[in-house]
Amino acid sequence: MAWFKKGKTPIVPIGDRTVRTEGLWSKCEECKQAIWKKDLESSLGVCPQCGFHFRISARERLSQLYDEGVFQEYDDHLASNDPLNFVDKKPYHKRLQQMHAATGLRDALVSAEGKLNGKPVLICAMEPAFISGSMGSVMGEMITRAIERALERRCPVVIVSCSGGARMQEGALSLVQMAKISAALARLDEARIPYVSVLTDPTTGGVTASFAMLGDLNIAEPGALIGFAGPRVIEQTIRQKLPEGFQKSEFLLAHGMLDAIVDRRQLRDYLANALSFCGH
Amino acid sequence: MDENPENERAEVDRLERQIEELSKLVPNDNTAGELERMRRRLERLRKEIYSKLTPWQRVQLARHSQRPVVPDFIDLIFEDFTELHGDRRFEDDPAMVGGMARFHGEPCVVIGTHKGKDTKQKLQRNFGMPKPEGYRKALRLMKLAEKFSRPIFTLIDTTGAYPGIGAEERGQAEAIACNLREMARLQVPIIVTITGEGGSGGALGIGVGDRVLMLEHAYYSVISPEGCAAILWKDQSQVEEAATALKLTAMDLRGFQIIDEVVPEPGGGAHAAPKAAAAQLDECLKRSLAALKGLPIRKLLEGRYQRFRSLGSVIEAATGTNTA
Ligand SMILES: [Zn+2]
Repeated sequence: MAWFKKGKTPIVPIGDRTVRTEGLWSKCEECKQAIWKKDLESSLGVCPQCGFHFRISARERLSQLYDEGVFQEYDDHLASNDPLNFVDKKPYHKRLQQMHAATGLRDALVSAEGKLNGKPVLICAMEPAFISGSMGSVMGEMITRAIERALERRCPVVIVSCSGGARMQEGALSLVQMAKISAALARLDEARIPYVSVLTDPTTGGVTASFAMLGDLNIAEPGALIGFAGPRVIEQTIRQKLPEGFQKSEFLLAHGMLDAIVDRRQLRDYLANALSFCGH
Repeated sequence: MDENPENERAEVDRLERQIEELSKLVPNDNTAGELERMRRRLERLRKEIYSKLTPWQRVQLARHSQRPVVPDFIDLIFEDFTELHGDRRFEDDPAMVGGMARFHGEPCVVIGTHKGKDTKQKLQRNFGMPKPEGYRKALRLMKLAEKFSRPIFTLIDTTGAYPGIGAEERGQAEAIACNLREMARLQVPIIVTITGEGGSGGALGIGVGDRVLMLEHAYYSVISPEGCAAILWKDQSQVEEAATALKLTAMDLRGFQIIDEVVPEPGGGAHAAPKAAAAQLDECLKRSLAALKGLPIRKLLEGRYQRFRSLGSVIEAATGTNTA
């Protein structure tokens, strides 16, 4: 059966929030059905019963999108040097060490190159398990380098966002990464090199308010939370309940903010077609 | 100088009272000389006290109810300000003002957030928290400046972009994102000043330029100290710790190159002497514009790109050397 062959890229459970594992079974957050993990894998982390999209790791994302799951990583040696010496309940540098141990990554992004449908594509994917995929100097630098690489090679760029926004522990240095990446995207735009932004659950704050909304195409997975301000902040500000479905992909599509909502199982084909339209 | 801040403040109060008393008397040579000495001592004391403020105290100063608002700075620095309204798409956002003006005789566009002064104005201006329309109006005016080769000045004093249902529906994120990309390539000089609160993406949305200036007691941060305390400390009362940890003061940000220049404020802060504060800013703006005006567009844009490109702090983990 097909899913036995796909077994080389196991789904990494991201906390017990999203994937509750009891041995070989996972429970869907949405329909509460038990799913055999191999089934979940072969459906790319989408519930075969109800279509709920589980959060997946950055590397799992990349292996789903690239031909034969093969890709090369860039800038994986870049790390934060804790420029603010930030300490809240725990020192930031300790948090970074723990995250490195837990995910094998030095920050919340994997920048890669490989082929999609036989054509070279640079894809940056965020790691939700690394401080909520938040953006600090490292993510800003890695994405900017990916865009500059795309400019040199005239190669399309795809950024798969999954982030709570700018990382508080790097203060205003996180904030200005928004401007840095957006400036690089202005150059990519002038060079007419395609950039597709893929927004997944969740994409909020400074990530949405910069590159995630600047794609030639902005597409989202179904049911993803996407917004500038978080729902709790809005509720506290306006002191009323938010309407059903507020800030979900479908809401954004209806309000004209997205080109399309694409099921993860069709994402590869969708991207191949879109990039081919753009001449790549 | 006394090391105890309480004593310093008591001394300021005492001097202020004495100056007031003396000023009421019929002036003679004796009192005039004494008055002058006291005023000088008071200014020195105030400077001393204000230079030792904690980050959280600075945040409070940046939010001071008497602090000059952006339109005050526009009035005091620019001539012939003619407001231009609307984003041509949805409505006019009163939290963002902008228009044509003259800066030392030269035509320019000036744009900034408007918090309002009294309660009625604050409500009408939405406390200076712009909606997507505000950012889109700002961009429209900036493109107008570009079309007619006029420099752009932006003045920032906002707690942030408005978090509301309508703002989300109409694309708050998209509006800010678009400004970041477009401001990076506008073919005229852009000089940004943070005059009070530099609240996160809502500030950055008009904060991309060739020079970024910041008033001495302004702050600029990825999140408010209150928000940061609530999320990371899970305790709103930890605002002082959060304000310190975030490194949000002008001096801190100058160190990270996020700010090009700190604009000094008069002793006692901008609210104590708005005219003097505006005069200081005017000086800095004049100098900044003079340095940018002669540049060919390509050089200007390359400089702006590299200015932001170099921001951030990362290490190469394998070798441990700093690269940015
Ligand atoms: Zn399900």
